[in-house]
Amino acid sequence: MSVVVIVDYGMGNIKSVQRGVERTGATAVLSFDPDEIINADRVILPGVGAFEDGMKGLKQTGLDDAICQFCNKGNPLLGICLGMQMLLQQSEEFGIHRGLGLIDGEVKKIPQTEDGAFKRKIPHIGWGALKRPQQQLWNSSCLKEIEEGEFFYFVHSFMAVPTNPENRLAHCIYEGLSVTAAIQIENITGVQFHPEKSGEAGLKILKQFVMMQ
Amino acid sequence: MRNVRLIARLDVKAPNLVKGIQLEGLRKMGDPNEFALKYYLQGADEIFYADIVASLYERNSLLDIIERTTDRVFVPITVGGGLRNIDDVAAALRVGADKVSVNTAAIKRPEVISEIAKRFGSQCMVLSIQAKNHGNHWEAYYDNGREHSHLDVIEWAKRGEELGAGEIMLTSVDKEGTAKGFDVELVKAVTDVVTVPVIASGGMGRLEDINPVIQKGHADAVAMAHVLHYNQLSISEIRDHCISKKIPVRTFMKG
Repeated sequence: MSVVVIVDYGMGNIKSVQRGVERTGATAVLSFDPDEIINADRVILPGVGAFEDGMKGLKQTGLDDAICQFCNKGNPLLGICLGMQMLLQQSEEFGIHRGLGLIDGEVKKIPQTEDGAFKRKIPHIGWGALKRPQQQLWNSSCLKEIEEGEFFYFVHSFMAVPTNPENRLAHCIYEGLSVTAAIQIENITGVQFHPEKSGEAGLKILKQFVMMQ
Repeated sequence: MRNVRLIARLDVKAPNLVKGIQLEGLRKMGDPNEFALKYYLQGADEIFYADIVASLYERNSLLDIIERTTDRVFVPITVGGGLRNIDDVAAALRVGADKVSVNTAAIKRPEVISEIAKRFGSQCMVLSIQAKNHGNHWEAYYDNGREHSHLDVIEWAKRGEELGAGEIMLTSVDKEGTAKGFDVELVKAVTDVVTVPVIASGGMGRLEDINPVIQKGHADAVAMAHVLHYNQLSISEIRDHCISKKIPVRTFMKG
């Protein structure tokens, strides 16, 4: 049976991620032990909250290095929400803060307006439909079983902007703005939405992650 | 336009789901978990639990109910009722809640809104406002619509947003449980002055009640209790109605 180690660093609703993974039939282990993470088969980095607090939480116990070492082995990693944003190099949330740097790019505030007139509601809270960028294929990713247009639950005020647009696996349109919904580079995947809060469609993504080679 | 969220609201007096009229005269309806699961399978976008007796830490309390809910329900869960401080919020999140809704504590000490938003993010901090119409204005109440705050709802909503509330759960005490339609004027008055999402609650009785509260009131979400608990409407019927009226909602694919 597949075992998934969920990084437990005190940020967000980890219980739902655990329940979601268990629902797929896999075993979910919560851990803040760097060795256990380095040696895991697959790791989920969850997280809700501020970027700076999240990175502090990881660094305090050396989890940042452990996650990078784990990724270097080539095993699957899934970052969720803040856990996805921390995969990038830096964030501008309340000052500039360095991330894990596993994916080139940065995290920026969702702009409230482009023309000064229309005001976008922030945070972005709610269900958004996934769109597939033209050059992307989902069949070797966690989104394999997902149909374009299926809805997922988003809660965020900041968005990931990968340097290489090809790392963008999926996006969603939020009040006229294209927002990164999923990124992938080799064994590393990040999703901005919450698969553990997106009904049965979200569970399909977790199930695919659990089965990824 | 954003997708309108359809939220099932479950008022709980542990261990039972209860339902009253204008937040009074409560009737026991059964195991809240079974109702939550049913609404999840029908395609509810969120589950909203309110502990109407604010007995957060008692045995078999709302926290236990939520813990069991997260076994099978994979949509966001908000919990309200009796949360006073950061520790209470942490306890609710630990058992699997995603957001908390605060009314009484915020009225008594508005800074608690900022404290919660700062610690857990504004997306987690839902300000619950129970509004009663006084003719020319609405007053915010607490303790299930029993106690006056002397706060004007519009001013309180603005203040709440400034302090860091990420959402407003706006309940019309006058309409609650009456199934006579939402207080559209109230909802519009609040959505006109805040930029955070507003959940309209209280009064849903017929499918047609949805249109004005979204189109005229500009609600971002609607919370429903009565019509769902008494099997008068299902979430799927409501969703289909929205689609037919061009109200944007999540397309829910079964299975």
